[in-house]
Amino acid sequence: MARMATTRRVVVSTIGAWFFGFLIFFPILWMVLTSFKTELEAFAIPPSFLFFHWTTENYATVQERSDYLLHAMNSIIIAGGSTLIALLIAIPAAWSMAFSPTKRTKDVLLWMLSTKMMPPVGVLVPIYLIYKTFGLLDSRIGLVFILCLGNLPIVIWMLFTYFKEIPRDILEAARMDGATIGRELVYVLTPMAIPGLASTLLLNLILAWNEAFWTLNLSTSNAAPLTTFIASYSSPEGLFWAKLSAASTLAIAPILVLGWFSQKQLVRGLTFGAVK
Amino acid sequence: MGQITLQGVQKSFGPVHIIKGADLDIADGSFVVFVGPSGCGKTTLLRLIAGLEDVTGGSILIDGKNVVDTPPAKRGLSMVFQSYALYPHMSVRGNIGFGLKMAGLPKDEINRKVEAAAATLNLSPYLDRKPRELSGGQRQRVAIGRAIVREPKGFLFDEPLSNLDAALRVQMRIEVTRLQKQLGTTAIYVTHDQVEAMTMADKIVVLNAGKIEQYGSPLELYERPNNLFVAGFIGSPKMNFVTGELAQQQGAATIGVRPEHLKIERDGTGGWVGTIAVAEHLGSDTFLYVDAGPLGMLTARYVGELSLHAGDRVSLVPDPARIHRFDASGNALRN
Repeated sequence: MARMATTRRVVVSTIGAWFFGFLIFFPILWMVLTSFKTELEAFAIPPSFLFFHWTTENYATVQERSDYLLHAMNSIIIAGGSTLIALLIAIPAAWSMAFSPTKRTKDVLLWMLSTKMMPPVGVLVPIYLIYKTFGLLDSRIGLVFILCLGNLPIVIWMLFTYFKEIPRDILEAARMDGATIGRELVYVLTPMAIPGLASTLLLNLILAWNEAFWTLNLSTSNAAPLTTFIASYSSPEGLFWAKLSAASTLAIAPILVLGWFSQKQLVRGLTFGAVK
Repeated sequence: MGQITLQGVQKSFGPVHIIKGADLDIADGSFVVFVGPSGCGKTTLLRLIAGLEDVTGGSILIDGKNVVDTPPAKRGLSMVFQSYALYPHMSVRGNIGFGLKMAGLPKDEINRKVEAAAATLNLSPYLDRKPRELSGGQRQRVAIGRAIVREPKGFLFDEPLSNLDAALRVQMRIEVTRLQKQLGTTAIYVTHDQVEAMTMADKIVVLNAGKIEQYGSPLELYERPNNLFVAGFIGSPKMNFVTGELAQQQGAATIGVRPEHLKIERDGTGGWVGTIAVAEHLGSDTFLYVDAGPLGMLTARYVGELSLHAGDRVSLVPDPARIHRFDASGNALRN
């Protein structure tokens, strides 16, 4: 009896998990399906799920109308650049707070986090004016800079919690063994911190890739990443659902693939501290 | 060589004085145990000697040279941590050899030394394993291997056996003592376990609230404790203390008698009379906890089996030659 009950529970929870998984994934699936429909079929009611006239013409049109590769390259540069710079600043910051904390360390951490509590739109006007004055509007450097600053608190927090988990004894053992700070970094700390560094890097990359507020407001064409590219399809001429879907599918494809292959790292990165 | 001398060593964290001036002479090749209750500063004192903490005052001499401004690795000491502190991403070979690698020794020499150390500690079959694939005792051995391979002037042990189970602890205790005698290297060993202190040490340092209460051989401490604290801390079960009139008759504020120095008489009228509250029969020993009325609870130890039980009345007769006398401030009165 007990075994039957367990089996039933497994079956029910498996079906439940798949159901909710499908529910969450459905908008993405729908977007991909829509991208292969004609504009007419895209907003037909009732909608057809699989039995429609499959076409790739939306992708052709999208590529014709705008330069996907340029936007993709902008996304890569902006997301990658802002992540790398954020890591360069955050590693030493988190390091010193984790390994030689002062009375104020907690306050500093909270203060950093508090900057994330303010809605970005609150500083849109001043930032826009500053960017305009310094000629940073629609420039890759400008976007790298703002996304880097925006994500820095999260990166520092993640790295801080990760470094905190490295036992002090091990660092002291390395000091007793004669390792200088530099060698301690290379031989002991970095190898131990690699999983944390990797998951922080991945998560920040995804956050920066998907960031739409600043990228939409501070770029128009030259520096415009894929978010702007998608937005350009909801134009004053009306909504072109199929083309919009094709553009969106193209925009999320790279990060979706990256996320798929780094699932394990991401889950570890998001749950550390909670699950040991 | 590894003679370690402390002269007026002090350590404060802000306004809190952890070590209030420690003077100590540790002879080359001796095994010295720091023992005391938790929070007494024994680990801090060890870390000061290691160089992992900076002293607030005083000097630490190793072979006559003041090392207070010398970084840990240059002091020629090696340390075994309570948590083992092995490098999780390195093999046993890498862990043991790390210090030699940092010292820039050639690879084949590192390998030779690591293998010799591993052989001493029965670790040879595990050299290519990672720490997580080892048992607690084996990890402890790796930590010790890392300490001995550098042929230091002194070993520093910070409660190294406290994470092991009881049986393994006894075994490792013997191994550590034997290894230290075999190598003849000075060792400082921190523990809160007075049995470890008594069994391993050539000399014991009893610490309390940041002060050295007494420094001497285990038997010196047992037979001639300097004060009430040492008397109560060394020896198991604890020494019995009696105050009041009985003590005054002896010309002291407090007298102390160890449980093993109380003669147990079944129906006695002489000595200190009381009722047994708890009797513990271990086979080899019998411990009696006796409610002696105005004298309080007294503990008596009998070697062998004694068929007495809770509720029985006994009298306890102290061995007059083994009565310790203390004055009002707790210091021992010597005859």
